[in-house]
Amino acid sequence: MIKTAPATTASARIRGAFSEGRLTWSGLALTVFSILVYLFLYVPIVILVIFSFTRDEFGVRWTGFTFDWYIRLFNNPRMMGAAWNTLVVATVSTIVSTIIGTLLAMAMERYRFRGRNAIEGLIYLPIVVPEIVMAVALLAFSAIIFDVIRMVTGEVLRRNLATVTIGHIAFSISFVVVVVRTSLKNFDRRLEEAAADLGADSWNIFWRITFPLILPGIIGGALLAFTLSLDDFIISLFLSGPGTSLLPVEVYNRVRRAITPEINAISTLMLILSMALVALSQVLQRRR
Amino acid sequence: MSDSIAIELCDVVKRFGDVVAVDHVNLQIRDGEFFSLLGPSGCGKTSTLRMIAGFELPTAGSILIHGREMGITPPHLRPVNTVFQSYALFPHMTVAQNVAFGLEMRKTPKAEIARQVKEALELVRLSGLEDRRPRQLSGGQQQRVALARALVNHPEVLLLDEPLGALDQKLRKEMQLELKSLQARVGITFVFVTHDQEEALTMSDRIAVMNKGKLLQVGTPTEIYERPNCRFVADFIGETNFIDGVVIGRDGNYTVLETPEGLRLRGLAARPLSDGTAVTYSIRPEKVRLLAPNGELPPNGLAGTVMTVNYIGSDTRITVRINDQRTIDIWEQNTRSTLDRDEYWQPGEAAVIVCPPDNALVLSE
Ligand SMILES: Nc1ncnc2c1ncn2[C@@H]1O[C@H](COP(=O)(O)OP(=O)(O)OP(=O)(O)O)[C@@H](O)[C@H]1O
Ligand SMILES: [Mg+2]
Repeated sequence: MIKTAPATTASARIRGAFSEGRLTWSGLALTVFSILVYLFLYVPIVILVIFSFTRDEFGVRWTGFTFDWYIRLFNNPRMMGAAWNTLVVATVSTIVSTIIGTLLAMAMERYRFRGRNAIEGLIYLPIVVPEIVMAVALLAFSAIIFDVIRMVTGEVLRRNLATVTIGHIAFSISFVVVVVRTSLKNFDRRLEEAAADLGADSWNIFWRITFPLILPGIIGGALLAFTLSLDDFIISLFLSGPGTSLLPVEVYNRVRRAITPEINAISTLMLILSMALVALSQVLQRRR
Repeated sequence: MSDSIAIELCDVVKRFGDVVAVDHVNLQIRDGEFFSLLGPSGCGKTSTLRMIAGFELPTAGSILIHGREMGITPPHLRPVNTVFQSYALFPHMTVAQNVAFGLEMRKTPKAEIARQVKEALELVRLSGLEDRRPRQLSGGQQQRVALARALVNHPEVLLLDEPLGALDQKLRKEMQLELKSLQARVGITFVFVTHDQEEALTMSDRIAVMNKGKLLQVGTPTEIYERPNCRFVADFIGETNFIDGVVIGRDGNYTVLETPEGLRLRGLAARPLSDGTAVTYSIRPEKVRLLAPNGELPPNGLAGTVMTVNYIGSDTRITVRINDQRTIDIWEQNTRSTLDRDEYWQPGEAAVIVCPPDNALVLSE
């Protein structure tokens, strides 16, 4: 904005901008305010990343650079186990919820059927219902199911990775549906007619025309499901069993005792992974 | 052009809720002909075409393609292809992939596909653009891809829904000629939807005029223009003068009508009309002759006064007032090459117009 002003010094430039009416007091206030908001959002994250490299064992002062905490982290079986669990749960729940969510979105976008309005309302419920309610409900439900299984087969089951995966699927589906429906809405159905006209049956129409064109939406939905699963805490806490805790829960347990640079390190890694996923989704969307 | 029937519509009705889009249409389209469906917006042209293609099923009646009853045959099993108004090219495929799509669906061998795609693109003069995406093409080029994509399948009938609608005037004229010559070369039956009467007249072997879901007239361009069978067709195709009146008798081949103010006119009627029938007299402006008055009114002549004279280059458009309620438009071709407009008709001049009865029509309803 200021860049095109002819004056040379910074203050002269700003004065020039004022006199030309390009910069006003309210505009200046807005700029300062925006900068403060961004600082507020990002300074803690930047500090977290920096302190994952400090030598200070409490991770609150800068006493020199080290990779030690990352090395320690990779040698910590509990942390690595939790990280592995998290990746498995995120991957499985993403795949399942993406498939179910896509099919559901297709059904709701394409067909008029009895109970469609009810499903329409219900599918978005998990997005607005407080997560703690979802978690309690899922926990109670799993307890009932386990009871039934115990009474019928005599087998005693405990909460494990499967229960937490099912919990993640349950809330991810709604998000996938929202994203996929948007791309279905933008999809020109005349293309399907054109394909049918050229001799394509419904199988070929879907795989050759519809699927490739809504794929960015499906990928977007999948990435959203994956990130949501990665950092989910409440449902993961309630539904994972002993010895199968997920990373956010494990981090929380550690933090309750003490904040260490190791926690900063794992947080930094999770940050990088989520940012990579967002970047990936951006690239895929743009390629259209 | 053989006489066998490519497409037959028997009493076809299409309803959308309360709207009757197509109303008891009976139609036969011959093999190899360039057939146009012409009518104003919303008259049911697209609905008719979509029923032939199989995208919509008739509410009643039946559709036959080369004698085969189509019933509920889905689009992908019908021997027709469509060129859509919006082109509906697949945006994620190249030009060559778009054109190859139909052949792939029919499990044509790879080498054969490559050969035919090349041939089809040559046919529509698009060679060299094989690897472009549809969005990298101009409107006219996209139109040709849509054409090639349909023609490559050698359909028995090609359906075209206002394929030139999105093109500018100049390109449109070019494509009209090109499409016509293409049709003659490939010999496929074309069913062409348009709401542009000039386009229909220049391109078609035969035209069907529709209005409000009903089929009004089917005929060659000359038949439709020279012998419209109702007021709507006469009005929709070209320009014409209408004069309302009632039948008062016959005079040889001609039917005589009288206007409320007592003018008597003779013209051709499609069928015998009994006296007292309310009718409309229709005569095209270029068929009316304008004479200087010489005391006596010639047969089918009316006395009047020249109101306006507009020179538009190829012809001169003159409006003559017959009486308080009535004016007649006349177009005279400018056959003489002269700059002297003074010797021509002047506003205010008395004149006599003559409606040659062989070129004037008495239309009922
Ligand atoms: N899917 C539909 N649902 C409801 N009404 C429809 C549908 N398709 C067409 N109609 C109605 O049927 C009538 C005929 O439509 P159609 O599209 O066949 O007209 P058209 O002659 O192709 O017009 P245009 O020149 O504007 O394309 C219109 O009144 C239209 O509103
Ligand atoms: Mg239409």
